[in-house]
Amino acid sequence: MTPLAAAANENLAEISNYLIYSSMAVYTLAFFAHIAEWTFGSRSKVARTAAALTGTADAAAPAVQVRGKGGATAVLDRPRVTTRSGAGTRDVPDGPGAAGGTAQGDLYGRIAVSLTALAFLVEAAGVVTRALSVERAPWGNMYEFSITFSTVAVGTYLVLLALKKNVRWLGLILVTTVLLDLGIAVTWLYTDSDQLVPALHSYWLWIHVSTAIFCGAVFYLGAAGAVLYLFRDSYEAKLAGGGTPGRIASSVLERLPSAASLDKFSYRINAAVFPLWTFTIIAGAIWAGDAWGRYWGWDPKEVWSFVTWVAYASYLHARATAGWKGRKAAYLALFAFACWIWNYYGVNILLSGKHSYAGV
Amino acid sequence: MSTTDKAATETPPEPSPADPSEVAAGSQLSTAPVEDSGPVGIGVLGWARWFWRQLTSMRVALILLFLLSLGAIPGSLVPQTDVDALKVAEWKREHSSYVGLAEALQLFDVYSSVWFSAIYLLLFVSLIGCIVPRAWQFVGQLRGRPPGAPKRLDRLPAHTTWRTDRTPEEVLSYARTLLAGKRFRTEAGSGTVAAEKGYLREAGNLLFHVALIVMLVAFAWGQYFKSEGGKLVLRGSGFSNTLTQYDDFKPGTLFHPDDLPPFSFTLDRFDATYEMSGPQRGTPRDFKAYVTLTEGAHGTPQKREIQVNEPLEIDGSKVYLLGHGYAPVISVTDSTGKVVYRDAVPVLPQDGNLTSTGAVKVTDGYKDKDGKAEQLGFTAVFVPTFAGEGKGTMFSQFPALLNPQLMLNAWHGSLGVDSGLPQNVYRLETSKMEMFKDESGQQLIKRLAPGGTMDLPNGAGTVKFEGIERWATFSVTQQPGSGLALAGAIAAIAGLAGSLFIQRRRIWVRAVEGKDGVTVVEMAGLGRSESARLPEELADLAATLHQQAPSVSDPVEETPGGERG
Ligand code: HEM
Repeated sequence: MTPLAAAANENLAEISNYLIYSSMAVYTLAFFAHIAEWTFGSRSKVARTAAALTGTADAAAPAVQVRGKGGATAVLDRPRVTTRSGAGTRDVPDGPGAAGGTAQGDLYGRIAVSLTALAFLVEAAGVVTRALSVERAPWGNMYEFSITFSTVAVGTYLVLLALKKNVRWLGLILVTTVLLDLGIAVTWLYTDSDQLVPALHSYWLWIHVSTAIFCGAVFYLGAAGAVLYLFRDSYEAKLAGGGTPGRIASSVLERLPSAASLDKFSYRINAAVFPLWTFTIIAGAIWAGDAWGRYWGWDPKEVWSFVTWVAYASYLHARATAGWKGRKAAYLALFAFACWIWNYYGVNILLSGKHSYAGV
Repeated sequence: MSTTDKAATETPPEPSPADPSEVAAGSQLSTAPVEDSGPVGIGVLGWARWFWRQLTSMRVALILLFLLSLGAIPGSLVPQTDVDALKVAEWKREHSSYVGLAEALQLFDVYSSVWFSAIYLLLFVSLIGCIVPRAWQFVGQLRGRPPGAPKRLDRLPAHTTWRTDRTPEEVLSYARTLLAGKRFRTEAGSGTVAAEKGYLREAGNLLFHVALIVMLVAFAWGQYFKSEGGKLVLRGSGFSNTLTQYDDFKPGTLFHPDDLPPFSFTLDRFDATYEMSGPQRGTPRDFKAYVTLTEGAHGTPQKREIQVNEPLEIDGSKVYLLGHGYAPVISVTDSTGKVVYRDAVPVLPQDGNLTSTGAVKVTDGYKDKDGKAEQLGFTAVFVPTFAGEGKGTMFSQFPALLNPQLMLNAWHGSLGVDSGLPQNVYRLETSKMEMFKDESGQQLIKRLAPGGTMDLPNGAGTVKFEGIERWATFSVTQQPGSGLALAGAIAAIAGLAGSLFIQRRRIWVRAVEGKDGVTVVEMAGLGRSESARLPEELADLAATLHQQAPSVSDPVEETPGGERG
């Protein structure tokens, strides 16, 4: 590298740092906007869930009208489809979202989403400039891994929003954890931008590591869904049993989607990335075969990828096994995600292995 | 198994369907084994059958899967003999009080331990026991027809209805064409059409589980027939692929030495580059070994390169570049001035900057002043970049040869190499040796720059640090079955995608003439519980059918939402 190019690269690396810090500032604003959304929004239709569960309201409430190409006015041109939950599940409508159907809450919510989108762009620019500064994929160490990870998680969330999926309830949790992730990255994991050790010189880096990051980010969304499902499920169970949940709990939980929707969200996300996670492990094995002469050697990183994989497979099986659906399956999903996180932080920092980027 | 028993009782009670046609409608949407905690038969056979049914049930598969993930964990926390035997020894020293327990639990060989093997073998027996009947059942389903419509379509998860002035026959024939056009398998009933789609889901699921078995077989095959050998090669020297040439060799249990393909190579050059400045100064950037390769016994030599991620492939074997280091060239002359030893002595790196240690062993040819044959030994510490005079450290500051220095420590006596015990070539066994002492009675120790010499006391000879050679270590591996494993892996992903992304679903259309002579059309869909797209698909199908059988403009009955019961 010529000195001139090196200087340019150092500049870029610095710009990247500024961008990451700026994105943290914007995420913080988004965080406050979400807090405002939750505070000023209210649960509008009080006790919809309770009503649905105890049968005091029109039980036909969830008669869902499923999309019409020309908008909802096309009713007369199209037959209406009514849906009905399967046997044994509670028939509960989804909560109205954080804004609770109030205009003010909704305004803050929109501001929060816009800020999140802005922060995402800034953060993504930070990742890209980092990549330019090192002239390689920006996945050489844990700092780079962490900033890419949160970028992908937020990006996936924004894509789901853009596809008009009901995911805005994820906003606050996501922004909070992204701030946590970035905070850890800039304070403890920061590494000056540099070249890679020879073991990482391979196009498999692009394939294996990018899919690993993507899977982690999406698994994270699934895990967040599972956690909220557990809360919401106890809430519904309490209501169904005639109990009265605490005021704050009911204010927050009432606005979330129904337990069944959260459960489905979590399942779909996890199921959708499971094949990709399988692919990631296989790509890693192929790379290991090229780099170390064996495709599988029970290196700690490999062990924990395997554990994570089997844990997610258990989760998918649990969903298909009577008696394991619902809460137990959700615990398995969380166990599986905990394995993923441990594989990232724990194994890199506490256990030494052949994965050389593991050096923080 | 209290948890599973509890699980069974916690299953939400199925509301008893009013009608057997409803049960039939949902039957065989999947070939998942049915949970059964049914009565145990009598006698050994009954128990065997019960055991087999348990083993191949989904619940036990789930528990085994979970155990497998838990069972893999200890192997990442406790060092494994297969991965790093030195670390195992170190661990044993540090946790001496647990060694007995750890050995009893086979914690140093988790992945070949009895208990770990038991888990995965049971899992795979369960898998096979699960797959075979399912595949059989699936073949039956492929030949079967979609089940007839349940009596009450409005009890299904997605339902729609409208009234039209087309005749029922017209509607049903439109519906059948429409569904068949969307690649549904259709079946006409009386006043109804039944349709089903998504058989590939089950096929994908079976493919995935079969692929898992294939991968396990490939893995086992690789374990039994593999071979893995290591060899340190000095620049300018060669290696030929026979058992005796290896420094260490780990064969699989069924490996035969004749399986080693004949080839040889010499190491012509080795290049290493390092980061020269910045915070990561000294981090390696590039390693490259240039070799001359001869394939077969009498092949023509050809120039090849080996890099870290780019092994050399020869006839089923792969040659990997693993590590590298230095070899100080040392010569020893006896008291008469005769050179009795001259060799490049590889020293082993101890840290990232290649501070290296080793031993020089002069086994024969040396005679002391009195003409008595004796052996000489030197412990050596080599640093490619010396910190500088007076810095008080013999740790290298940089991995490249910026200021190489060699520190030698001299002994004489018996090296103990004839004792028949295996000896570490990098360590001096000093129990039968004596130190050379300098004038002040201290141990003779000297730091040399290339070209420097050390005189042994009382004219016992001289040692010269002549120069520096390089070496590289290579690992030669054979891993049969990896092609099969890869094929299995690809099939597994394809199968998974089919199994997770394709929905198996059924659609029924019923058209009957109402009392007023107007036809009532009903459509309903049933899928697996996860199917979110089902209502959308039903809506699309209904919209298309609706174009051909439009509603009569009779507002009275247009309240399908209220019909739920
Ligand atoms: C290494 C072991 C195994 C792995 C990694 C594995 C993985 C999977 C995955 C990822 C699915 C897809 C889940 C879904 O469709 O939602 C699945 C489905 C299934 N697995 Fe396994 N499996 C394993 C062993 C077994 C065993 C031992 C059995 C039999 C007892 C079994 C029976 C099934 C069945 C019946 C399904 C389909 C469930 C349904 O149709 O709903 N699997 N498996």
